[in-house]
Amino acid sequence: MEGTQERQRADDAERRRWMGILARSNAAAIEARLAEAPALPSHTRLRGPETGLVMVRGRAGGDGAPFNLGEMTVTRCAVRLADGTVGHAYQAGRDARAAELAAALDAALQDPARRPALMASVVEPLAAAQTEAREREARRAAATRVRFLAMETTR
Amino acid sequence: MTGLLPGFADPVVDAQSTFRAVLEAMARPGRVHRLSAPPAAPAPLSPAAGAVLLALADGETPLWLNAGADATEWARFHAGCPVVADAGEAEFVLAIGAPPALSALQVGTDEDPHRSATLILQVQALEEGAGWRLTGPGIEREHRLRVAGAPEGFLAQWAANRALSPRGVDIILCAGDRVAALPRGTMIEEG
Repeated sequence: MEGTQERQRADDAERRRWMGILARSNAAAIEARLAEAPALPSHTRLRGPETGLVMVRGRAGGDGAPFNLGEMTVTRCAVRLADGTVGHAYQAGRDARAAELAAALDAALQDPARRPALMASVVEPLAAAQTEAREREARRAAATRVRFLAMETTR
Repeated sequence: MTGLLPGFADPVVDAQSTFRAVLEAMARPGRVHRLSAPPAAPAPLSPAAGAVLLALADGETPLWLNAGADATEWARFHAGCPVVADAGEAEFVLAIGAPPALSALQVGTDEDPHRSATLILQVQALEEGAGWRLTGPGIEREHRLRVAGAPEGFLAQWAANRALSPRGVDIILCAGDRVAALPRGTMIEEG
């Protein structure tokens, strides 16, 4: 019993990771990776892709009283494969194609037989590209960092 | 579980045309309306019952239903409505076969008669022109409605429901892709 629960938790964590990576990718990036991957199984749309607004809530200082920060645009999609597996995707913005591709990928990735190939050819390259973009941005920001100690010494 | 099925093909247009059909049915009790594009609802739910459910239920309307796990999952996913275990707490009650007693559902209060439950009742067939004799608001002389598969003792329960006026339960009858309505003010006599 405990073993199955642990396995379920590990599966959930892995799925959360690939859903997050797909949610941060745009349609062009996903399609470019899919061109070199095994073909996705055909799917039917259960819901969407549809665009709506989601209220983003915040807390002052991270632990203050919650307040509504504002609404953001979100596109979501749910698809179903022939074997009944359901895939979900939520994307910031209104990229409907990306949401549908991400949902289809989420459904296909739940199949242990398809997972390794898709992870290697689609998800991991996307993750690497996102990490690299984040680090590039961090380096650019670091280059303009102001050191107050340095200002003191130049005075 | 056979897995989730899609809802309306075109959610906005199809939900509006279904809503319009229910509105017409409520305005003319006993008239049978055919829905243009009902979804393929999971068995044993009929397309009409599924369409009415998706058009009316939302996140603020507790639902009670006895149509099995597939239909429950489908309703939660597409309508986003909370599903309750006690029919007395539900605003929409979807029943296939034997529904809960009308007296066990919410009937509203004299100040807020609209806070009553609406029963979506799936029957075997609906036919105009024969059967029950309907009179009341929205009916010039009389409408005839034949309902195949109405629950046992229904007319006695309906008379008791009507006596609660202005409180009481409204009923939407569904069979195949057809709907008809029995708002609480309608009188029914055996044909």
